[in-house]
Amino acid sequence: MNHSVVSMDATMIQTKGLTRHFTVKKETVEAVRGIDLHVRRGELVALLGPNGAGKSTTLRMLTTLLPPTSGTAEVAGHDVVREQAAVRHRIGYIGQGNGAGHTQRGRDELVIQGRCYGMGRKAARARADELISALGLETVADRTVSTLSGGQRRRLDIAMGLIHAPDLLFLDEPSTGLDPQNRANLQEQILNLHTEYGTTVVLTTHYLDEADSMAERVIVVDHGRVIADDSPTQLKRDHAGDRITLTAGHTDDARRVADRARRSAGAEVTQSGTSVEIRVLGAPQLLPGLLVDLANDGVTVTGAEVARPTMDDVFLNLTGRSLREGGAEPADAGADGGADGGARAAADADGRTTQNQEIAA
Amino acid sequence: MSTTVAARETNTALTGTAGPNRRRPSLLHDTGTVFVRELLPVLRNPFSVVFTMVQPLVFLGLFGPLLSDFPGTGEGSALQWFVPGIVVMSCLFSGAFTGSNLLFELQTGSHERMLVTPLRRSALLIGRALKEIVPMVMQTVIIVAVCMPFGFELHLAGAALAVLILAVMAVGIGALSYSLALASKDQDWLFWTIQQTLLFPFLLLAGILLPLDNGPGWLRTLGDINPLTYVVDACRLLFNGEIAAAGVLQGAGAAAFLAALGLLVGIRSMRHST
Ligand SMILES: Nc1ncnc2c1ncn2[C@@H]1O[C@H](COP(=O)(O)OP(=O)(O)OP(=O)(O)O)[C@@H](O)[C@H]1O
Ligand SMILES: [Mg+2]
Repeated sequence: MNHSVVSMDATMIQTKGLTRHFTVKKETVEAVRGIDLHVRRGELVALLGPNGAGKSTTLRMLTTLLPPTSGTAEVAGHDVVREQAAVRHRIGYIGQGNGAGHTQRGRDELVIQGRCYGMGRKAARARADELISALGLETVADRTVSTLSGGQRRRLDIAMGLIHAPDLLFLDEPSTGLDPQNRANLQEQILNLHTEYGTTVVLTTHYLDEADSMAERVIVVDHGRVIADDSPTQLKRDHAGDRITLTAGHTDDARRVADRARRSAGAEVTQSGTSVEIRVLGAPQLLPGLLVDLANDGVTVTGAEVARPTMDDVFLNLTGRSLREGGAEPADAGADGGADGGARAAADADGRTTQNQEIAA
Repeated sequence: MSTTVAARETNTALTGTAGPNRRRPSLLHDTGTVFVRELLPVLRNPFSVVFTMVQPLVFLGLFGPLLSDFPGTGEGSALQWFVPGIVVMSCLFSGAFTGSNLLFELQTGSHERMLVTPLRRSALLIGRALKEIVPMVMQTVIIVAVCMPFGFELHLAGAALAVLILAVMAVGIGALSYSLALASKDQDWLFWTIQQTLLFPFLLLAGILLPLDNGPGWLRTLGDINPLTYVVDACRLLFNGEIAAAGVLQGAGAAAFLAALGLLVGIRSMRHST
């Protein structure tokens, strides 16, 4: 065993020009195009991107399931092509599909999974029991998998991926199909794994809020390329400001609101009718002063709203497309006549800025 | 209960107290693990072995009675000639069908999950193929038990040897069926089309339903190059208690050929499985 690799070196994943092409009906699909990735031991990373961005393909290469077309990847200190067995021993993988066989029973699958990793019969059984109670599967563990609900099956998958307590865990859309409560539970469990045991976690997600709230680092993937890689806070700071929406009683007042707002440093202001939208950093700090100034000017503001940027705003800004609206479609430029580009206009079209949007499939 | 406490309990459970065994298990251990996994649903639901037996049993009940005094079916009762063939047919059908289980797992993600574990690729195939022996034995016992009240004579030693040969054949047919599943991947139709297209010609050309002795020359030639023919002949000899016959060796050889071919192709396909 190569001691320098896992224990001393802080690198958990290192890829260079990782590329994967598929040939479908004589046409080449460039699923992943030269990804350079560096993940340190103990990081929690989310790969965020629309359908077909290449998230699963990337994960499948990192987990030895798929040989790269070109480029290299070292995972847990071992090359994914030349040292597959060593990589497999050190990682856990929870794929996008269902890991448990439909004709099997959950508990049987868990024990078998442990045996696959070389655990003894007794140890595997004890570990299965632990995970069954940790994931709340007591009542269904001895049923045939095909009779479980989607969420129960998903939790069983998670349990299987954790059976050997891997140092590095890959999860492909772990919370898809879970109800909000189970999603929250799962997120908490993943976070615990990460914070208290230093497990390195790489997950892909369709949930914008999941990437936002869970990951320390979000890697935005689009068309097989990494287009941004930073902490959610930094990404939002760099790629999307806060948004203040002020409503005035008259269009005239609205114009005066807009004029006043333009004096704030870095503010992008758009007026439409009686409503004024201000894109700016640090909106919560800015707004009280702005309202006082406007009151002093004798302008009546009838409504004020502050929205913090979402990961969707970030994606929108980076690509001009909304992740939420299904990704691949270009945003409808100028949908509501917005002055600052089609992307933003599309984001505003449905007026929702909550952070709980699921990317439409 | 406070949430923090619950989370903490959860924690230890999630990471576990003992790390995994980092020493790579042997091929035998890997194969055993896969074998047990495949066997568990059969043990949990033994009735499932009957599903693939429907056709052989229909032929036994509705076709067998037509065979009395049919030329080429031997001197004894037609049952004595027909039953060994039905046993081979049942083994052939259940083996050919088994790939569909893998086909399904290829599509759901169960197979992918197994591929990420340190299990050897060869074990993934061998373990599955070896499991075919179990339903084959169960089915043979059922067929023989059903036929004995109707005058089928059991020669125990010969029957045991026949089961041994059939076990080897079951591994081969199972492995070939798995190879077909791996090649078909997400194209169900491909699997079923090829499987159904091959199944009946092999069945008929092995002289299972009717003897080929009086058929045209080309048909007999095709029968002669069908490995199943030799397995069927060997089983007929053995179930009649004729252990020391040359045909027995030929049957064993044909079964071994099928097993070798199946494992070779199957392990190759499994290695390329993604
Ligand atoms: N086995 C395959 N054969 C052919 N094309 C493939 C294969 N796997 C993936 N692709 C293609 O590669 C591209 C990336 O697919 P991938 O599954 O990695 O996307 P993803 O980001 O995981 O999407 P999703 O969010 O829908 O899961 C897609 O265009 C897809 O059609
Ligand atoms: Mg995917």
